[in-house]
Amino acid sequence: MTCLPEAVPGQKKLGLVIDLDTCVGCHACAVNCKEWNASGHSGPLTDYQNTSDGVWFNRVHTFEAGEGETSRTVNFPRSCLHCEEPACVTVCPTGASYKRAEDGIVLVNADTCIGCKLCSWACPYGAREFDEDDGVMKKCTLCVDKIYNDNLPEADRVPACVATCPSHARHFGDLGDPNSDVSILVAERGGYELMPELGYKPVNRYLPPRPRKNGAPAPLAAASSSCGSDEAISLLDLAMKKPDGKGSAFLRWADRVLSR
Amino acid sequence: MHPALSVIVFTTATGAGYGLLIWSGLLSAFSATPAERVVALVTLATALLLVTLGLMSSTLHLGRPERAWRAVSQWRTSWLSREGLAAIATYVPATLLGLAWIVSPEPGLAAVLLGVVTACCAVVTIYCTAMIYASLKTVHQWRNQYVVPNYFALGLYCGALLFAALLHLLGHGEPLVDGVAAVAGLVALGGKLAYWRFIATTRHESTPESATGLGGIGKVRLFEAPHTEENYLMREMGFTIARKHADKIRKLILLALFGAPIVLMLISLLLGGLPAGVAAVLAVLSAGAGVMAERWLFFAEAKHTVMLYYGARTA
Repeated sequence: MTCLPEAVPGQKKLGLVIDLDTCVGCHACAVNCKEWNASGHSGPLTDYQNTSDGVWFNRVHTFEAGEGETSRTVNFPRSCLHCEEPACVTVCPTGASYKRAEDGIVLVNADTCIGCKLCSWACPYGAREFDEDDGVMKKCTLCVDKIYNDNLPEADRVPACVATCPSHARHFGDLGDPNSDVSILVAERGGYELMPELGYKPVNRYLPPRPRKNGAPAPLAAASSSCGSDEAISLLDLAMKKPDGKGSAFLRWADRVLSR
Repeated sequence: MHPALSVIVFTTATGAGYGLLIWSGLLSAFSATPAERVVALVTLATALLLVTLGLMSSTLHLGRPERAWRAVSQWRTSWLSREGLAAIATYVPATLLGLAWIVSPEPGLAAVLLGVVTACCAVVTIYCTAMIYASLKTVHQWRNQYVVPNYFALGLYCGALLFAALLHLLGHGEPLVDGVAAVAGLVALGGKLAYWRFIATTRHESTPESATGLGGIGKVRLFEAPHTEENYLMREMGFTIARKHADKIRKLILLALFGAPIVLMLISLLLGGLPAGVAAVLAVLSAGAGVMAERWLFFAEAKHTVMLYYGARTA
């Protein structure tokens, strides 16, 4: 049924929170996602015949933002955002695409999908990829076959991408509950939606890169001038005192890490 | 967006078919005399043939064509589903109208009612087809106020050209119909020019900055793509056409879809007889090629927001 479930207060909204500050762009989430889902709910996933152009639910882009010394390089994992009002569901002519009322997960029924591709046209985020072998559309299931799996230890009942992330940049939970760990994280870090202007109300949130505390020219000057003040001396101050010294680069780096 | 041949044939053939069905239905409704019997039946049959070919072509676009019957179930939310239902529903009054003409040379009130209902159903179906595209917020070149009028104008124009040509072929050449076709062509041309100006001067509100949420840091650009091969998204949504090629195709459209058929219709209007018939048939052939090019460009020039993640500056 492509009518969306009625919105109720306190609705469970399972989703991901992705930390763009700590993501190292290693693609482990994408690989583990492929690994799990190739044999799960949506498996098998077409892949690697003549070219490696198969279906992946998770893609890790890298963007540069800003110019010069204030610019940032940001690794950017992209997957289904399990929107509250997903157009990919409402455009589906067969009802194969649906949003679960109980937890908000957006899924495709591979047995009734006709492969018209309209849902992939309707999704602004590129969450859906067409499986040329099966002739049906596939997408992130939020590892629906893993997160409710009683055969797994409770600690493992998280999406594959979250379980494998080595830099703890991916968090999973109920974003409909304002007191959940993920909701608190979003509130603390100013988590945001992608393309909010389109009005699909994505559930997933992205945590922005933290502002750079040191390293930029202006803050550097401020830090060095504060040497004689009552403030604690930072590693950076030491580095600035011997700017050409061998250890200064290391100290600069150590200062950045420790002052997170 | 990737211009798939099956979808181009689907939208152009059904557009012309439903356009012809509208003219044919109106003919039955307002001129149900025995003299019009053959014309009504031939135009009706041609329209349904074109519609059927178009709908069959649309199933070639499906990954699972054998499941196409499922597509009519979600009419509450899906324009594609509504289009399917409206298309099937249109067969009912159209077939009954044909039967009425077969049974009686003067079907009277039955032709009036069924003609009006058939025309209305065809209007609804064209609207649903256009809304499949015009409802997609992801594609700026589709979601705008020009797309639905363009689908109507081109459907009615192509239908009018077919109607005029069939009248000439049946020896019922009617200067009024030739004139209507020429005027419909001018209206459709105006709509297309307005659409082209709109897509040339406006962009999607979304940007790489809003797509990534990194605009607060500064201008966002792709540093590294997530994969080395083209994936489905890039093939389906990343189709781009160089400006100079698009300009050439626009010239072709202006000539084949609008210029030549409109002039040929005027020739047909003035000459009458056999030359008029030849001109009308040539107009149909020219417009047929032209409308395929127009629909190809409608897809090729459409930009999808997902490409903002793949290095596009605008959508």
